[in-house]
Amino acid sequence: MSAPAVRADPRALCAGDRAKPRRFGPLTRTDFVRYQGASGDLNPIHHDEELARAVGYPTVFGVGMLHAGLVATYVTDWLGVECIRRFTVRFREQVWPGDELTCSAEVTDVTREDGAELIVQVALACVVQTGATALTGSAEFRFAPAAA
Amino acid sequence: MSYRMPVELSKVREFARAVQSRNPAHRGKQPTIPPTMLTSARLLWEPREQNAFAKLGFDMQRLLHGEEEYVFHRPPPRVGQVLEVQTRIDETYEKPGRRGGTMRFGVVVSEFRDEQGTLVAEQRSVLIETARTR
Repeated sequence: MSAPAVRADPRALCAGDRAKPRRFGPLTRTDFVRYQGASGDLNPIHHDEELARAVGYPTVFGVGMLHAGLVATYVTDWLGVECIRRFTVRFREQVWPGDELTCSAEVTDVTREDGAELIVQVALACVVQTGATALTGSAEFRFAPAAA
Repeated sequence: MSYRMPVELSKVREFARAVQSRNPAHRGKQPTIPPTMLTSARLLWEPREQNAFAKLGFDMQRLLHGEEEYVFHRPPPRVGQVLEVQTRIDETYEKPGRRGGTMRFGVVVSEFRDEQGTLVAEQRSVLIETARTR
């Protein structure tokens, strides 16, 4: 596990700016279960070992929305919670117990008009220690213009 | 048809812990939800008879989550709010599986309104039923 991203000043952001990557994990079955209880998604495929194997998986796998939640934690540490206006993820590969996830974020666009909102688009990715991509995504933040 | 989801202090605290967020925005008297917490509406508050996922009829054991998107039209909801949620199946489609058979896709959309009836957030999920392999 590594430290949360330091909050950025949105007015100083440019396309290409990146947050310091953050590692989560190694993820445990308890992490999966804690998330399942918190979210209400009790699909047994994520905690019932016998069922997961009976269906053809080597073991239980992580809840995609847990990994999405970790990425949301990461990007809101960087740019704040109040100003998020869109958060999108596409799940790529499964995540297994013991995996470490490394999250990255890069500003892809900043739209700035005098007196108007600052709109920041961010590309997101979450990679497993094997090099596999667990998910990719994007987010949009809107910041009110600074007081004159 | 719709249902209500109260945004509750204990659940915000529990969810923030589950997604490893120590952001002070999720603490205090009227904390803001972690952005992906809206997923809990369908899972914890949706009445059985309104369950869109059940209407898709996908096999839980062949279920994968493809995509998820949240749009917030204002700052994310806070503890103390009661949201009105309407969920619908937006579309369904099929694609051939990479190893034969048919993959089914279901797009489920939820709209969240505040106590004034203002649309404050939307959720869009793409769920996948993988092809039968045996």
